[in-house]
Amino acid sequence: MAIWLTKESKVIVQGMTGSEGSKHTRRMLAAGTTVVGGVNPRKAGTTVDFDGTELPVFASVADAMRDTGADVTVIFVPPQFTKGAVIEAIDAQIPLAVVITEGVPVHDTASFWAYNVAKGEQTRIIGPNCPGIASPGASNAGIIPADITGSGRIGLVSKSGTLTYQMMYELRDIGFSTCVGIGGDPIIGTTHIDALAAFEADPETDAIVMIGEIGGDAEERAADFIKGNVTKPVVGYIAGFTAPPGKTMGHAGAIISGSAGTAEAKQQALEAVGVKVGKTPTETAELMRELMSGR
Amino acid sequence: MDLYEYQGRDLFERHGLPVLAGGVATTPQEARAIAERLGGRVVVKAQVKVGGRGKAGGVKLAEGADETVARATDILGMDIKGHTVHKVMITVTADVAEEYYFSYLLDRANRTFLCIASVAGGMDIEQVAADTPDKVVKAPIDAVEGVDEAKAREIVDQAGFPAEVADQVVAVAVGLWKAFVAEDATLVEVNPLATTGDGTLLLLDAKITLDENAGFRHPDHEALVDQAAVDPLEQAAKEKDLNYVKLDGEVGIIGNGAGLVMSTLDVVAYAGERHGNVKPANFLDIGGGASAAVMANGLEIVLSDPSVRSVFVNVFGGITACDEVANGIIQALALLEERGEKVTKPLVVRLDGNNAEAGRAILDGAGNPLVQRVDTMDGAAERAAELAAAGV
Repeated sequence: MAIWLTKESKVIVQGMTGSEGSKHTRRMLAAGTTVVGGVNPRKAGTTVDFDGTELPVFASVADAMRDTGADVTVIFVPPQFTKGAVIEAIDAQIPLAVVITEGVPVHDTASFWAYNVAKGEQTRIIGPNCPGIASPGASNAGIIPADITGSGRIGLVSKSGTLTYQMMYELRDIGFSTCVGIGGDPIIGTTHIDALAAFEADPETDAIVMIGEIGGDAEERAADFIKGNVTKPVVGYIAGFTAPPGKTMGHAGAIISGSAGTAEAKQQALEAVGVKVGKTPTETAELMRELMSGR
Repeated sequence: MDLYEYQGRDLFERHGLPVLAGGVATTPQEARAIAERLGGRVVVKAQVKVGGRGKAGGVKLAEGADETVARATDILGMDIKGHTVHKVMITVTADVAEEYYFSYLLDRANRTFLCIASVAGGMDIEQVAADTPDKVVKAPIDAVEGVDEAKAREIVDQAGFPAEVADQVVAVAVGLWKAFVAEDATLVEVNPLATTGDGTLLLLDAKITLDENAGFRHPDHEALVDQAAVDPLEQAAKEKDLNYVKLDGEVGIIGNGAGLVMSTLDVVAYAGERHGNVKPANFLDIGGGASAAVMANGLEIVLSDPSVRSVFVNVFGGITACDEVANGIIQALALLEERGEKVTKPLVVRLDGNNAEAGRAILDGAGNPLVQRVDTMDGAAERAAELAAAGV
């Protein structure tokens, strides 16, 4: 069944006619995703050929939804246009919007998030600055490589793209129900907590890997949430123990401010609620493997 | 990007907020010119991005131009908590009656902005919040609705600002919000926001952080970067569009993806504990789909750091194919030789993921004695640390 993205999901791509958008539309199709069209007002009414699959281009998300029944949009537009694209998706009340774009100003993210809240949160937003969501063997919305792992019973939620891939690779013999890359920006639509709650409720997920990194206190809040709400086993990994304070480490949100946002604090918070935290990605995978072998 | 106080003062002034007249000087001569323009008594403040300047002797009063020159001479070049003072800000003095606190900042946890206001200003606000939480108002700000006069008045009433300054604080709160949004700031902090003897409200300090992601709509922000304070290697990397942070260790790091690179630093540091306590020398994320040219630029930057003894190239091929990465490494080494840079430091390469087998075969086939291949991340980190320790 997986979470949020299933075999039945119908995906559209905002920015499908751009270079990144078209590259990844082709990859999503190859992964077996049901991609049903793209959005670009200037090219509305045309079609784009992806190795024999003709996809229609619509003027708006609302048009695309009406004509195709799409329920997921993947957004590849440049940072300047991301806020507009997300607001369009929210206005159309699409259930899931996956924002891949990196480099979105945080004021723009804060305002589309506030807009989404004001509209009653009809749209789940994943990202920005994320690799997307993949339910191996079922559907793939974003840029997560589809061939790393098959389906299985581990759920994965991560702030980082390549660490997501690394973990999927380490545990490819067991497989994953759904892998969610929530993104490395200071404000993101879907949090660790949202994913933990969904995995807890998902009958096809037995255990959860949670990957965090320096900056903010999302991992600490996730630890609080786990304590009262998650009965499935969780293993954790935190990146950035050696990161110096005050320096942004690649991700806009990955910064230790004063004494806040350190990897140590996050590790301690997780361990305090019984989450085993690996020192390296490989050790983390081993912790999960031990856990799963006992089941 | 964090601004200096004088840059914050300038920014407030540009947005029509009440600040003290002043200027910034890098030499005692410039300080004299500013003192003569301002006239009378001035305050000379060290410009460093660290707290506790006053206690360190970095803030002094001066009467007239000669004394200003003397104080500026004392303060310029001073070391405050490891920060050398290259600039002083000189302003007229204010006869301060009351000190308040006011800020807007990003609230990551609640995915919105926050206003913090207090009538107990001039002190460390975190301390005030810990000692007397009832004196600190934290008001969430809706990013779409922002701060209009009604919202500002609500905050001012809640914080208990005295009636005689309330209207002025409301005006500052609205103006400061406009500046916060217009400049794409993630923090504007005024401590103190002060009244003078005649009841005038002034922004007497400025702590501002700007969002670098919003640079595309603020071409003027680039000029706010303090080039003198930027590490030369970080500057060179930036010019080549590489995401590089200089650190203090001996193992050069190149990887793809911010999370994986952060993780690589940690894994190398753990391995270093067993090998002469060597540490990672840098953070360098070459991103997805890195070409041979990008790899060459990255290697060039990392190898030009004299403290680097070994290099760990850690790539997980997601979108990127490992055979392309392997070719990139071989071509990069050849490219560096062509540029006349003899590479002598050993490279440990770990390739996994997309086309890893092909990539490994390319590295093995090239037979470059400097390139060592290890197939696991932890094993490769161990080897890189060992080589760095041996090379020290």
